[in-house]
Amino acid sequence: MTPFLLLQALVLLGLIVTAVLIISFKDLLAAAIAFAAFSLLLSLEFYLLQAPDVAIAEAGIGAGLTTAIFIIAIRGTQRHEEKN
Amino acid sequence: MKMTKIVRTTADLFFPFCLVFGLYVVVHGHLTPGGGFQGGAVMATGTALLLVARAYDDVTGRIRKGAMKACEATGLMLFLLAGLGGLFHGRAFLGNWLAQAGGLFGNRVELGANAGDLYTGGLIPLLNFGVGIEVLGGLTVILLYMLSGIKEEKK
Repeated sequence: MTPFLLLQALVLLGLIVTAVLIISFKDLLAAAIAFAAFSLLLSLEFYLLQAPDVAIAEAGIGAGLTTAIFIIAIRGTQRHEEKN
Repeated sequence: MKMTKIVRTTADLFFPFCLVFGLYVVVHGHLTPGGGFQGGAVMATGTALLLVARAYDDVTGRIRKGAMKACEATGLMLFLLAGLGGLFHGRAFLGNWLAQAGGLFGNRVELGANAGDLYTGGLIPLLNFGVGIEVLGGLTVILLYMLSGIKEEKK
């Protein structure tokens, strides 16, 4: 039981770290990638809690499609340094 | 923002494997975790990868808006017709009129613990397939319309 709890504690720690990284990054692309890492860890947590169905949906929608939508939206913007 | 050659090559290599894995999740939907929606989302992730890596004019040769709309409509029609078929066999809407009737998915389910037979389930694999291609078409159309609104600077 103890290694299982340790793994879950590590995943939760990673979730907190990536969530703090999302709001602290100034670069939008880096924040989007941190959000993808957050989603991947969340799907791992769902799998550890024995919900593989939700884990597949979270990995597909959260880590894949939402990141793609964010990156496509960022492609439509202009970087601050490239403006001059 | 233009993607580098590394990103484009990786997306090109990864695209068919993503589609095959999504189709695997859809086809095994009645035996393993996952199903129509999850498999369709995995397939749409493959197309999203290609859309992220390339410009809009570059990608429309492989992913066509009309074909994706046709996918969406076909999936919905397949779901509705499979459900309505139950009414002609003396059952309710979405009644499982194909289960244990022979045919492609009509094998009898074995009793006791077993590894699972793919050719069982009757109506359920058909409904999973309909939902799968419907989700693939719908999500890809959303991404294509988003990408078509972006003006890429020519370099």
